[in-house]
Amino acid sequence: MIAAARCVVRRDLLLALRRRSDVATALLFFVIVASLFPLGVGAEPNLLRALAPGVIWVAALLSSMLSLGRLFAADHADGTLEQLLLGAAPLGVVTAAKVLAHWLVAGLPLVAIAPLLALQYDLPVSLYGTLALSLLLGTPVLSLIGAIGAALTLGLRGGGVLLALLVLPLYVPVLIFGAGSVDMAAAGLSPQGQLQLLAALLVVSAAFAPWAIAAALRISTE
Amino acid sequence: MLEASDLEFERGGRTLFKGLGFALRDGELLRVAGANGSGKTTLLKVLCGLLAPDGGEVRWQGTPIRQLREDYTRHLVYLGHAPAVKEDLTAAENLAIAATLGGLRASPQAVQEALAAYGLADGAIPVRRLSQGQRRRAALARLLLAGQVPLWLLDEPFTALDADAARFTGELIAQHVARGGAAVFTTHQPSGIDAAVARVIELG
Repeated sequence: MIAAARCVVRRDLLLALRRRSDVATALLFFVIVASLFPLGVGAEPNLLRALAPGVIWVAALLSSMLSLGRLFAADHADGTLEQLLLGAAPLGVVTAAKVLAHWLVAGLPLVAIAPLLALQYDLPVSLYGTLALSLLLGTPVLSLIGAIGAALTLGLRGGGVLLALLVLPLYVPVLIFGAGSVDMAAAGLSPQGQLQLLAALLVVSAAFAPWAIAAALRISTE
Repeated sequence: MLEASDLEFERGGRTLFKGLGFALRDGELLRVAGANGSGKTTLLKVLCGLLAPDGGEVRWQGTPIRQLREDYTRHLVYLGHAPAVKEDLTAAENLAIAATLGGLRASPQAVQEALAAYGLADGAIPVRRLSQGQRRRAALARLLLAGQVPLWLLDEPFTALDADAARFTGELIAQHVARGGAAVFTTHQPSGIDAAVARVIELG
C-alpha cells in the first residue's frame, strides 16, 4: 500500500520533471497576476499593503486551479487511469498520493515564491511568516478540494468551466481564512484563530477528500 | 474462479448483451468474439469492474466483485485498448510502475528481462519515440511479470503486433493457462491459440 503510494508520487513528480513547461505555466501565472496588480493600481504604499494578502491569495487560488484540469485528464487519455483504478492498493491511497504530488508541484512552490512577491507590495517583513504559513496550510486544501472537482468533471466537454463553477465556491472559506490571517497579523492581532481554522480544514479534507475523489473517479470512468 | 450470471448491458438504447453468463475455472481460457461494436471491450470492462452492468453480477470466488474491490483487482491483470503507458517515461519505468501498482514485486533486472523478451532491449528510450506496435509490446511485457496473478483479462492482445510478437503473446497466454491460471481475451480475428480455448462467447 505504501509502496503503491510512493510509486504514484514518484511517477507524477517524474512526469512533471519531464514536462517542465506545464509546471512553469501555473507558477508563471501566479507571478504575473501578483506582479500586475501593483502596476495597475498605482504606487500608493498604504493601498498596496492593504491589498497584498488578498491579491496574493487570489492569485494562488487561480494558479492552483489552472493545473487541476490535467490532474486526471492525462491519465484518462492514455489508459493509465484504468490501471490505477485496478491496482492492488485501495483507490483512496492512490488518489491521496496523486494529490500530494500535485501539491508538491503546484502548491509548495507558491509558498516559497509568495514572500518574494510580497516585496512588491511593501508588506512588512514581520508578516512574511504568517503569509507563508497560511499558504502552507491552505494550498493543500485547494489541491484536495480541486481534485474532487477534477475527478467529477473528467471526460466532460466544457469540463474546465464546470470545474471552476464547482470548485470556486468551495475555495471561498480557504480564501477568507487565508487572507484574513495575514490581515489580522497586519492589524497587530494574533492570526492564530484563522490559522487554526485553516489547519482544521486541512485535516478534515485530507481525511475525507481522497475517498470522495476515488468515488468521483469511479463514477466518471463508467 | 470467475463467475458471471445474467449480465445485461445497455448503451444508448441498444442492448449489447443480455442474459450472458459463464463460469471460468482455473486453467480455463475464454475467447470473446464478435464484430466491431458488439460489446467485447464493454464485457471485459464489466468483468474487471470498471463498468457496472445494468443487470446481473460478476463474482470472484463466490463474492460479488463490487464488494471485493481491490481484493479482487489485486488478483487480475487487465490490458485495455489503450497501451496504458506514459509517453514521457521510458518503457522500463512504465513497466516498473505498472508492476508496483499491480502489487507485484519486480526487480530492475526482471523488468529488463521482460522487456528484452518482447524485443525492447533498449528500455531507456521514452515511449514517445516508440512505434504503435512497440508501445503495445511495452504494455504486454507486464504479462511476463504477472505469472503469479491468477486472472488475465486481455482486450485485443494481438492488435498492432507483428507475427512473431503475436505468436509469443499467444504462447504466454497458453503457458499461463497450463500453469492453472484463467484468462479471458477478446479478438475479432481467429488467433493462433484457438486450440487451447475452452469456450468462445460470440457477441453481437
